[in-house]
Amino acid sequence: MTLDAAHLRYPHRRRGMDHERYAWSMLAERPAVAWPGGARLALWVNVAVQFFPLDQVGKPFVPPGGMATPYPDLRHFTLREYGNRVGIVRCLNALDAFGIRATFAVNAAVAERHPALLERLAARGDELVASSWHMDTPHHGDMPIGDERALVERSLSTLRRCSGQAVEGWVSPAGSQSLFTPELLVEHGVRYMGDWINDELPYAFRTLSGELVALPLSLELDDHFLIGTSLHSEWEYATQVKDACDYLVAEAEATGGGRLLALSIHPWLLGQPHRIGAFESVLEHLAATPGIWSASASEIVAAWRDQQD
Amino acid sequence: MRADPELYRYRAWDERLPIRWPGGARLAFWVAPNIEFYELDPPPNPARRAWPRPVPDVQGYATRDYGNRVGHMRMMELLDRFGVRGSVSLSAAVCDHHPEIIEMCAARGWEFFSHGIYNTRYAYGMDEEQERAMIEDSVAAVARHTGQRCAGYLAPALTHTERTLDLFAEAGGIYTCDLFHDDQPTPVHVRSGKRFVSVPYSLELNDTIAYVVNRIEPRRYGEMIKQAFDRLYREGEQGGTVMCVPLHAYQVSHPHRLRAFEHALEYVVGHDGVWFATGAEIAEHYLAHYYDQDVARAAGAADGGVQERSEGTPP
Repeated sequence: MTLDAAHLRYPHRRRGMDHERYAWSMLAERPAVAWPGGARLALWVNVAVQFFPLDQVGKPFVPPGGMATPYPDLRHFTLREYGNRVGIVRCLNALDAFGIRATFAVNAAVAERHPALLERLAARGDELVASSWHMDTPHHGDMPIGDERALVERSLSTLRRCSGQAVEGWVSPAGSQSLFTPELLVEHGVRYMGDWINDELPYAFRTLSGELVALPLSLELDDHFLIGTSLHSEWEYATQVKDACDYLVAEAEATGGGRLLALSIHPWLLGQPHRIGAFESVLEHLAATPGIWSASASEIVAAWRDQQD
Repeated sequence: MRADPELYRYRAWDERLPIRWPGGARLAFWVAPNIEFYELDPPPNPARRAWPRPVPDVQGYATRDYGNRVGHMRMMELLDRFGVRGSVSLSAAVCDHHPEIIEMCAARGWEFFSHGIYNTRYAYGMDEEQERAMIEDSVAAVARHTGQRCAGYLAPALTHTERTLDLFAEAGGIYTCDLFHDDQPTPVHVRSGKRFVSVPYSLELNDTIAYVVNRIEPRRYGEMIKQAFDRLYREGEQGGTVMCVPLHAYQVSHPHRLRAFEHALEYVVGHDGVWFATGAEIAEHYLAHYYDQDVARAAGAADGGVQERSEGTPP
């Protein structure tokens, strides 16, 4: 057996990255970032407000939390709907009880399906970021650019119309992008995105259409990643988030550089009655930790951007 | 294809000649940080896809890139604090992409061993010349950038051919991390007859296996390390054992995980009678003091000689 000669050629073996999207840099080597009020840790709680269609196509992959049984998978369909009916209210109450700010990443289909929910979120004065049309409209490398452009346009215009907000942030379903997603986002007025999870601070991301900011939304601390995929208990989840908080605060103190804790949560998961208490314990811990700046995603991006050359 | 690669002789755990590590230590402890580069768009290997999603698999790629941007320096600071050197399992292309990381490791006196060129280039399907070229390229890159001659090998992404260990021995290597059959070094048969050994690495304590495959909780990972240490330390009284903790900064260095590893390392460092070594030091000590007798003993057994009860064991 012999492999094609391409397997021993390395056209991108050079200093820096093997692509042009961003500059290579190590977080610890960058100038210290200062958060407002001298805070050590910026906290971004990102609440996923999602719609999982019953007639899921699931190509090229099934979204995390998607339909799993033969059609009609009423079980998973309704378990996800639970989040927008019951779970979200529990989560909002918990956030408010501890004075923690949240940002909502909304599938535009939810805005059309549940205008009252969208009005309720917008009325809170909290920031909405876009999250494509629904969980079964993945952005991926095999999709025609025209289809993706239409998807981005439709999602953003719907969410902007229904919320009255500018909507300048983006989180892709399943964190997935095509090679053109960043350009399409910039062309449609998006200024930052959460999908590139390779860092713990915002960083500049290049597109052919202008600059974008990457604001990494941690996957490893995502509630569904830990509880749903990894089958950790809700209390093990809470322990890990608290440990992350304490670690980052200590690192910020030791280095003098602000840090970011990005928490991705799903009301259909944490909003269940046996899990909400664990989430509340997380919020209680965060609220009791000195030096935490609970902010919206765009506030964090703006604070970072103001310190760049 | 063969049912058994016949790389080593069988010898039960309680039938070994006792090993003693330098300073009379009962356990040789080593930490192997994997410093890797995963390509966004590698040529597709016919036997294994690099990424589950169509290019660009942003989630998969960015997850690994996190190790280089955020994780390594956290891990280095931690190992520095406990005075533990790393033995780096290196994607040689990191020398080109991120020389700063290589310089930081070299400045600490860490060992570098070969982990191929990229962790997205698999050996499956390579012919002998191709695999030799890949191995020699990696060894040459490490020598060029660090002045070190690679003593050890861990196949990129643990992808092997039937010739992998033969080729690495012929490239001048003395040990492999690719075999998981034992908690002590073992002579490994290679076609050239060169002196070549297996140094226990560990998949069970490998953070990526723990977190990505077995999906365990961070604090439990720390407890697993402590429990493995306790047992190998106790058994090491009878004959020296080896314990390795293979790490990946894109896993262990996350802020919800690193403290658990720190506590486990603090526990290990708090014991006397532990030799904090590098992979090459373990291989060299074994080669210098125990390899010949173990090979001779195995040859005797193969000739029909009696498998004598061991002197120093059982643990």
